[in-house]
Amino acid sequence: MTGPGRTTGSGRGGISMGARFLLLSAVCVSLMVLDRRDQHLDRVREGLSVLVYPVRVLVDAPFSGWASMRTNFASRETLVAENESLKRERLNAEFRLQRLAALEMENARLRALLDSQARVGNRALIAEILDVDLDPYRQRFDLNRGLVDGVYVGQALIDAQGIVGQVVRVGPLTAEAVLITDADHAVPVSVNRNGLRTIAVGTGDSGTLRLPYLTNNQALDIAEGDLLVSSGLGGVFPAGYPVGRISDVRLRPDQSFAEVIAEPASALDRDREVLLVWNAADEVPRASEAAAANLGSGVN
Amino acid sequence: MARGEHSFFVPAFSLVLTLALSVAPLGVVAPFRPDFVAVVLLFWSLTAPRRFSLLTAFWIGIVLDTLTGSLLGQHPLALLVIVYLAERFHLRIRVFPASQLAIVVLLLLGLYEFILFWIDGVADRTVPLIERWAPPLTGTLLWLVMFTFFDAGRREARARF
Repeated sequence: MTGPGRTTGSGRGGISMGARFLLLSAVCVSLMVLDRRDQHLDRVREGLSVLVYPVRVLVDAPFSGWASMRTNFASRETLVAENESLKRERLNAEFRLQRLAALEMENARLRALLDSQARVGNRALIAEILDVDLDPYRQRFDLNRGLVDGVYVGQALIDAQGIVGQVVRVGPLTAEAVLITDADHAVPVSVNRNGLRTIAVGTGDSGTLRLPYLTNNQALDIAEGDLLVSSGLGGVFPAGYPVGRISDVRLRPDQSFAEVIAEPASALDRDREVLLVWNAADEVPRASEAAAANLGSGVN
Repeated sequence: MARGEHSFFVPAFSLVLTLALSVAPLGVVAPFRPDFVAVVLLFWSLTAPRRFSLLTAFWIGIVLDTLTGSLLGQHPLALLVIVYLAERFHLRIRVFPASQLAIVVLLLLGLYEFILFWIDGVADRTVPLIERWAPPLTGTLLWLVMFTFFDAGRREARARF
């Protein structure tokens, strides 16, 4: 069938297989260098991500189909029970929101007194997580929103419980995001109880964050169960959202830094929907007006 | 080899399915996910060499990079290396019995995994080394299954006619 001559030489276009191999490898290496060094290839990636969109949808389809089937065939009792619990939750949330409006107003007044910048109210958009496993060694996922929806690189993602991650790459229809627990990711946080600022680093395990930059002295003032909120430093994440709870504090007198472990606040591996947050400063006046209006209606 | 279009569409379809499989959510068993694309390309380049050229391996790799969000060029390079080795030496390898073929495949998949890991390291990406042992092993198992089901049957059929 195939002689030895065919394996080593000939082929298409008369170039030998070894030469083609070297040529293509060189192309690969230069692609990698270009992709690594600068953002030269972002356009190319955008185009390619549209091309592979069908594969993503194909993979996601059985899972979203299964989810919608489960909703369709849910029994009446389940729906009634869910409705009840949602109503209760909503009442609870509204009750807390009333106090929040008052607090927000007070906070704005105090900040005005101090002449510091007011906290921003954030615009948000719901994005669905495509059920697609990316690189198994990194905590990344795809979202069904892209450039068309105004998503940008570095945009923060939150869910009902707290900060989830940020966008690292945007295509026209999809965006790629990284979780706060990715081994290459770090969030500037502060301990809610005493305002101590530090950095929470991902571990690669979606249930753990590390706080490696706390000295033994600082760690003395941290207890299990302390809430970590985003500090807003670094400008990626809006300030004041929950990031996690301290789960373990271990002092290490023989070393300069203590070992502090936290659990992420949001349900990182169970989320199906997340909120994309716009961290825009121009929405300050509107936010405080809204708070004022809320306050007025709440008091009277 | 005069089976016409049929003999092209089957492998082409297997590649698309493979791409989908390599990003399908697997949950707990995800660390044991074989490198589907590498296994299928190896299977075809050992059983039907020259059906997929190196260029195919290159493009499939680019698509895989886009799908998984890795460095552009990382998967194509690793695929090129193993497909080249497999095609270059397939005449020598093909005469081995299945068990020895499996060892060759295991070595090639290990090389594939090593190249990916190496590039990750050069590009300063933090990746665990310890979890990388599983894919070549599961990949070899998958290859053995494919080999016994598809290729052994074909060999027999060819022997009968």
